[in-house]
Amino acid sequence: MASRAAISADRPHGPNSSTDNEAVTGSGDSLVVARALSVGYDGTPALSGVDFEIRPGARIGLLGPNGGGKTTLFRALTGELKPMSGVLEVAASCATVPQTDRTRLDYPVTCLDVATMGALARLPWWRKPGRRDRAMAMESLGMVGLAELARDSFGDLSGGQRQRILIARALTADAELLLLDEPYTGLDSASADLLDGLIQNLADRGRAVMIATHDVDQARAWDLVLCLNRTQIAFGPPDSALDRRVLEATYGGSIVEIPGQPGHGVLPPHHHDHGGH
Amino acid sequence: MPDFLFDPLASGTTIRALAEITVLGIVSGAIGCWIVLYELSYSAESLAHGLFPGLVIAALVGAPLLLGGAIGVLVAATFIVIATRFADESADTAIAVVITALFGAGVLLALSPSSPPGIKELLFGDLLGVTFTDIAIAGVVGTAVLATLWVFHDRLLAVGFDQGSQQSLGVSVTTLNLVLMVLVAATILVAVQGLGTLLVAAILVGPAAAARQVTRRIGPMMAVSAAVAVASGVVGIYASYHLRTAAGASVVVAMLGLYLLAALAGSLQHRRIPARQ
Repeated sequence: MASRAAISADRPHGPNSSTDNEAVTGSGDSLVVARALSVGYDGTPALSGVDFEIRPGARIGLLGPNGGGKTTLFRALTGELKPMSGVLEVAASCATVPQTDRTRLDYPVTCLDVATMGALARLPWWRKPGRRDRAMAMESLGMVGLAELARDSFGDLSGGQRQRILIARALTADAELLLLDEPYTGLDSASADLLDGLIQNLADRGRAVMIATHDVDQARAWDLVLCLNRTQIAFGPPDSALDRRVLEATYGGSIVEIPGQPGHGVLPPHHHDHGGH
Repeated sequence: MPDFLFDPLASGTTIRALAEITVLGIVSGAIGCWIVLYELSYSAESLAHGLFPGLVIAALVGAPLLLGGAIGVLVAATFIVIATRFADESADTAIAVVITALFGAGVLLALSPSSPPGIKELLFGDLLGVTFTDIAIAGVVGTAVLATLWVFHDRLLAVGFDQGSQQSLGVSVTTLNLVLMVLVAATILVAVQGLGTLLVAAILVGPAAAARQVTRRIGPMMAVSAAVAVASGVVGIYASYHLRTAAGASVVVAMLGLYLLAALAGSLQHRRIPARQ
């Protein structure tokens, strides 16, 4: 089910723990609050010392090297991984928008079918998506600007269009926090501009969007950045958070600086290496 | 109308065989689509072969084949779980060893000099020997299988499309795989009497593979798959009547012919509609 519970390592998580933790955080309108959070696999933390807050309408860039904990954080937010220590309060319904190469192109579904799948997040297991859910899926397709492709096969679309269809699926789930996993990978600049506009549009409508990316420059345009490298390096508005020290700690030292743009235009090493999650 | 079509219908044997293959064709045509989309062909074939000793023992002691087959499936599934848990080999290798051993044990029993005649029907099936009880059992089990598929349809579609979505869509891959394998086992149990251990895998995988070549949505894929299965059954039974060939094998040969036609049609279709970039 879409995660709408406060999850704490100290107590069993349930519908009541949210009110218990209100005193800890004191911020009623936050979608997500993480305090001294650590998460991991088989008792070994993959990510620790995480402290941040997400409010509606925020665009958060998630920066970090491969293996730095971006995927781990996503899995904690959707409830797939439980905190090992600390507190993670998720008051929003979250939906992950995967990289399009994780989905199957030879699969017998139309774009409307894919957008409708999001409704399952809101329905109990015995209920099937009905007419209202399909209407909502059509609306989601309209919101991502692809309503006219509703009847086309998903596999026939371009990478950028598939990405937007997967965002439409998250919108049909009525997710208040969308987790985008490196959505710009493989997009041409026209598709990337469309995606920029869509993310802006979603934020304007009060949805929070967290975008995992390798592109530091791009993250500067968003409201907040969260830098992870197995632990939290920085969290805050990009102007104050993204200094040289933070970037070096995030990407492990050797930063390439582009001549003529001091302080800006720093590229992490292995910029194009997207493997190994 | 030509005698060619009506002659075979004068015998109750042929009519019962046609009824049985129609029921089996619809059920296995539908579930076959999920076997193909979830890439479970190997598991389905393993189950079909692994239950062989159960059938042989039931035939030897005069117990109902359905009971022997059910016990055979449980034993095979248990061995598969144990083998994959404790073997150093890959899961596939472990399953292959277990299934070949079980199948070999069944053949050893079946070919012993004391075996009653007719036991080789367990290998290739005896479509012309089905009784009204067999058809009724196939009808009841088949209806249950189709009803379960209908309930889980949207979740099966969503998770098969994107396994990573299971958490945010509130469905579990493990549960769905388990449900699917139980349904496959039930279908194999009722189909094995008509088609035999060796040919049952063909009707579970062949029609769905053919349907996948010529359809682009799940609903039509299931309809075409069931139609291909039933058509192969009818053509095979008529061929076996007129040409005096083995019924089960004739059905499988007809299915192969339809698959090749579908593959040809599919490749022509792909040439006509180039995928967008």
